[in-house]
Amino acid sequence: MTYDFFYKLFGSQVVAAIIQGLLPLFVFILPFAVFAVWLERKVSAHMQDRLGPMRVGWHGWLQTIADILKLLQKEDIIASENDKPLFNIAPLLVFIGSYAAFAAIPFSSAFIGSNLDLGVFFIVAVSGLVVAGILMAGWASNNKYSLLGAMRSAAQIISYEIPTILVIVTIVMVTGTLNLNTLSEMQTGHFWNWMILGGPTLGVAKFLMIPFMIIGFVIIYISSLAEVNRTPFDIPEAESELVSGYHTEYSGMKFAMFFLAEYANMFAVSAVVAALFFGGYQSPIGYLGNLIGIKWLIPIEQLFWFTAKGLFFVFVQMWLRWTLPRLRVDQLMAACWKYLIPIAFVNLIIIGLITLM
Amino acid sequence: MKSAQEIFDLLKTKFGDSIIELVSTQPTEPFIIINPTEIDKVCFFLRDDEELLFDNLMNLSGVDDANGKNISDGDGATKIEGGTLSVYYHIESTKLRHKLVLKVSTQREKPDVASVEQIWRHADWHEREAFDLLGINFLNHPDLRRILMPYDWEFGYPLRKDYSNPEFYQGMKVPF
Amino acid sequence: MIIDTENNVKAQNGLRTEHMVLNMGPQHPSTHGVLRLELELEGEIIKKVIPHIGYLHRCFEKHAEAMSYPQVVPYVDRMDYLAAMYNEFGYAVAVERLLGIQVPERVDYIRVIMGELQRIASHLVAIGTYGMDIGAFTPFLYCFRDREKILSLFEMTCGARLLYNYIWPGGLSHDIHPDFIRSTKEFVKYFRPNIKELNDLLTNNKIFIDRTANIGILPVETAINYGITGPNLRASGLKWDLRKDDTYSIYNKFDFDIPVGQGLQGTVGDCWDRYYIRVLEMEESLKIIEQAIDQIPEGDVTSAIPKRIKPPVGQIYSRVENPRGELGYFIMSNGSVNPFRVKARGPSFVHLGIMDELCKGHMVADIIAILGSIDIVLGEVDR
Repeated sequence: MTYDFFYKLFGSQVVAAIIQGLLPLFVFILPFAVFAVWLERKVSAHMQDRLGPMRVGWHGWLQTIADILKLLQKEDIIASENDKPLFNIAPLLVFIGSYAAFAAIPFSSAFIGSNLDLGVFFIVAVSGLVVAGILMAGWASNNKYSLLGAMRSAAQIISYEIPTILVIVTIVMVTGTLNLNTLSEMQTGHFWNWMILGGPTLGVAKFLMIPFMIIGFVIIYISSLAEVNRTPFDIPEAESELVSGYHTEYSGMKFAMFFLAEYANMFAVSAVVAALFFGGYQSPIGYLGNLIGIKWLIPIEQLFWFTAKGLFFVFVQMWLRWTLPRLRVDQLMAACWKYLIPIAFVNLIIIGLITLM
Repeated sequence: MKSAQEIFDLLKTKFGDSIIELVSTQPTEPFIIINPTEIDKVCFFLRDDEELLFDNLMNLSGVDDANGKNISDGDGATKIEGGTLSVYYHIESTKLRHKLVLKVSTQREKPDVASVEQIWRHADWHEREAFDLLGINFLNHPDLRRILMPYDWEFGYPLRKDYSNPEFYQGMKVPF
Repeated sequence: MIIDTENNVKAQNGLRTEHMVLNMGPQHPSTHGVLRLELELEGEIIKKVIPHIGYLHRCFEKHAEAMSYPQVVPYVDRMDYLAAMYNEFGYAVAVERLLGIQVPERVDYIRVIMGELQRIASHLVAIGTYGMDIGAFTPFLYCFRDREKILSLFEMTCGARLLYNYIWPGGLSHDIHPDFIRSTKEFVKYFRPNIKELNDLLTNNKIFIDRTANIGILPVETAINYGITGPNLRASGLKWDLRKDDTYSIYNKFDFDIPVGQGLQGTVGDCWDRYYIRVLEMEESLKIIEQAIDQIPEGDVTSAIPKRIKPPVGQIYSRVENPRGELGYFIMSNGSVNPFRVKARGPSFVHLGIMDELCKGHMVADIIAILGSIDIVLGEVDR
């Protein structure tokens, strides 16, 4: 584990923990956000019969960096009627909420920010902080559009946490652990050991479980879309109705914080879905490191597979965003309370019965 | 289908003096001149009568006839005194497929016309526009405010022929 | 916060609740221009909508009084800037009727082709931006890709892409490009499959239907009473198209259908119907173009343009079927070279008046759906 490595290197637990904590931010989240923003532009552009950014660097890959430089130079506008302390804290809180979620995500067998036994639980709990940040942003902006957006957002995120948790409970029931690292380890071997294909157990139960696991996956993926406010559930920031929702009044780096948080969040939920259903960092086809006998290659391969799975789900999120229209707020709630929650609940019971068999 | 002459005869027997004249000397379209304060009653009849059924108001346009006396007020601008402002109503029936043009003329100094907003809701904004640009006062209109000009425009009615721009509007110089 | 004291609602336990007044616009992404809607909200439910217009008022009517008849043409371009060809068409027809002149047949054919191409272009913008209002960004760019092809055809014809000054009273400013007929035929062939693509992407999308079906239902009697015309009236179920019902130019020579709303996904006259009518109309326009392009006669397009337009004393109300509805010009002549009074009765101006009626009781998100479905152009509302 990397923590032990840093501990040996610096001889201080505090320094090791700080480095361990900052590592995902600088090595992963920031580069990922930069890449994802570029990817989003390119994906949308190619879906819409255009090229997207082409000027800054090869196929515009430096565009996001140029944008960050622009945002850094921008004036930080605070309107006179804003509630200043809340207004300033809100973007931080939103970012912290999505950043903290990365603490319990296992990037590979060698690196996990904090190997919590309550990993999934922690992630669900800490992303709840985002709601508080969004509400603060909406309220402190003193803008009616922001307020409407924030209210919608709070209602939406809280509602959609229920089906998410129900599906997580299903997995926890089958595997008996909340620790994402253990969960990933359990799905080792090949892709037929992944939870979506019934998990590592063998027998009739495995095959009975497959359809219900797929249902569970679809539910958690839909609700994760809603939790990160992506189309078709982007009503909190629905630009054609609410201008920009809760971040209408933000400019410069504070706006960038919201943006960064959104992309970090996109990866976080994708990573959770991958860890729960798609074997986490486990390779679907075995490791090259095992084959040629180089042990230190395995964690790197695992990091690759994890990133690939996460990126795939991020790509699907983008794909959906640029294809589908947006739901209305009451339809969104109806989709959650009338369809997703009952189905998730029945799914939970059925999988419970199968496990008992 | 009814011709303008037939409709005029029908209206004349029903409303008598409110219907003033049928003008059909012009090459384009004949029109019926009606008393401005009685226009709403006539229009109710035109809309609801079984044989007429004028259910669609195509257009309502105010016109400054500029037929009064031109008076020069010393510094180059002229004012028109006396004469009339007119409103043209173009109506049709989508069921019976006939059209009709009505005209009312009202005094420039006291331009009161009965509103037809109750008959065709369509007239609502057109009457507001005529009020805004020509200053025609539509009686019984529920919401007669300016529509195209700013709400605080107090320099007259731009479509009148004797309108001249103000020097300043909210501290800004107007003609540049 | 602005609090409207007249409409405060009293709650029972001594606390007060107030309706929230939300100003949508003049700067707002989906008011299609500088329109301000004053919304009175209870939560997200709309109690009242008051449109405020005039932010784009350019005094068209006052200007027209100071111009000679041909000089008015560039001004009418700028009213409905998404259908400039048709504005010119309507104005030219009105002046010709006032003068009592006949234009050569070739002129009529070219006008009809231009008009129908413009109708497709305008509907593409309407459909594309409607998709964007609902949240689907991609169809918007697909529509603009196809509109681009039409604009290229216009550019080939008259050099301009948006405001053409092409159709003049009595004729056209100049003849079509020699390549125009071939390019138009190619466009028709290219465009037809794209309508199907659009249907797959947007029209039959479940979320899109959920958002638009049964929203903003407009019964046909109300529509007539409010003066609604064009696709919006047809979506309410009345087969009323001035191209057939009050024909002008040479539209009676062509064979095309008038699609009416049938309530396929909800009730007749809902937003989805108003949207779908436009999709169907594009196909009808293609039919007209196909028929007209094969029959264009030879001739001179400028021969009938009068040297000096000086109509007799009189007035005329002439109307044409603009992509948005009935575009009427009321022109009054006092026998001089300048019109005495020009009033443009634009469909957008009239259609906007019905917002309050349609929106009451719906949610904030539906305002966007309704406003997009009635398809206004603010340049014409404010003139």
